[in-house]
Amino acid sequence: MSLTALLALADSRLPAGGHAHSGGVEQAISAGLVTDPVSLAGFLRRRVGTAGSVAAGLAAAACAVVGRAVGGGAVAAGAAVPPSVAAALADLDAEADARTPSPAQRAASRQQGRGLLRVGRRAWPHPAWDALPTQPHHAVALGVAAAAAGARPADAAAAAAYLSMSGPATAAQRLLALDPITVAAVTARLSPLVDEVAGAAARAAAGPFGGLDLLPASADPLLDLLAELHVSRKDRFFAS
Amino acid sequence: MPPDHDLDDYVDPYDPGQRRAPDGGPGALRVGIGGPVGSGKTALVAALCRTLGEELDLVVVTNDIYTTEDADFLRRNAVLPDDRIEAVQTGCCPHTAIRDDITANLDAVELLEARHPGVQLVLVESGGDNLTASFSYGLVDVQVFVVDVAGGDKVPRKGGPGVTSADLLVVNKTDLAPFVGADLDVMRRDSDAVRGEKPTLLISLREDPAATDVAAWVRAQVRSRALQSA
Repeated sequence: MSLTALLALADSRLPAGGHAHSGGVEQAISAGLVTDPVSLAGFLRRRVGTAGSVAAGLAAAACAVVGRAVGGGAVAAGAAVPPSVAAALADLDAEADARTPSPAQRAASRQQGRGLLRVGRRAWPHPAWDALPTQPHHAVALGVAAAAAGARPADAAAAAAYLSMSGPATAAQRLLALDPITVAAVTARLSPLVDEVAGAAARAAAGPFGGLDLLPASADPLLDLLAELHVSRKDRFFAS
Repeated sequence: MPPDHDLDDYVDPYDPGQRRAPDGGPGALRVGIGGPVGSGKTALVAALCRTLGEELDLVVVTNDIYTTEDADFLRRNAVLPDDRIEAVQTGCCPHTAIRDDITANLDAVELLEARHPGVQLVLVESGGDNLTASFSYGLVDVQVFVVDVAGGDKVPRKGGPGVTSADLLVVNKTDLAPFVGADLDVMRRDSDAVRGEKPTLLISLREDPAATDVAAWVRAQVRSRALQSA
């Protein structure tokens, strides 16, 4: 297992397009729901528990699918993945659709999945990349990236849960000109929750394959509504 | 460093400048157009569209900081049909989107190239930034940096990566020089001093709305890329 791979996947410096997405916080700020560090903490906690939990489960499951079929990390040149992997990843992609009621959020997820696919394929060459759709959901691409980079399903879940917090935290810091040290402290205080959500999602994904209905499926109608309002605006800094 | 490691093993052999179009040809030339707010980037893009639009198959990506204002300007002025312009959001960081994480811009470029097979020229206009802005060569093949005379004749001397390293430096609004007390000879001399062999053009888009000299430079770059052997 590569700890460095996990750090790279969770690093906002990884050029996968995440910096242009606010995870809904831009609209939450416009709606007056997030105004200061306290309301930001509330938003992040809510997001980690819903979108973060769903993403963590899907990422762990995708990582496990690849790991079971071909093993993670460096794979011999010319190695292929069995067709069952593409089918399983397509199933997970459909599960992501089903768990993401907002069309705007589905589009944002696929946009970020495509970005991760672009950088991941070059950074960690692996035959499993070819088993993904061209615009996969971000969580599914993240699971494949974790497998290709030699990380475990639990790591994929941790990265997904962490990113569901770090993206909007940074966006809010920029939009509200918050003290970055205060925001760093908020995210540090939330890390036990991130660990808990990631752990639960990884355990759900470790169940017998086929148990897709065991993966987290929390929904948040408010975040869905905010995403739909946001995408219709012309005056926005962030893509989502 | 001692030459006892095979450093090539660490480096991805991919070279963005050597990418291929689906037909196997060299594909479109991607030109970045950057520079400070208000220097005339959008006006220059509009001028290039008017001047080169008839002879070249071209598309534009805009990186507005906040709104789709630049894209709307190009549409409103009917410089290009709607389906040849894509606007990307830059998450409050216009600079990041063209240099550090070029994902959104690559997506937009690839979308336009897929929508218009055979496209020859892609203009990527950055959001207005400051003198430190520059494009990653993972996104563009060549870049133009636009400053203006009204910003003061000290700008070329101040330097910064855009002024010193851009493949073409454009000093716009020369018509304003007498009104702002700017010395064009000083700007020319300072530019040449920091840019070595790289070209600088002093222009006024108000006096020459066709941007004749810049268009000629871009035309030569397009020709040069098209001649790249397969």
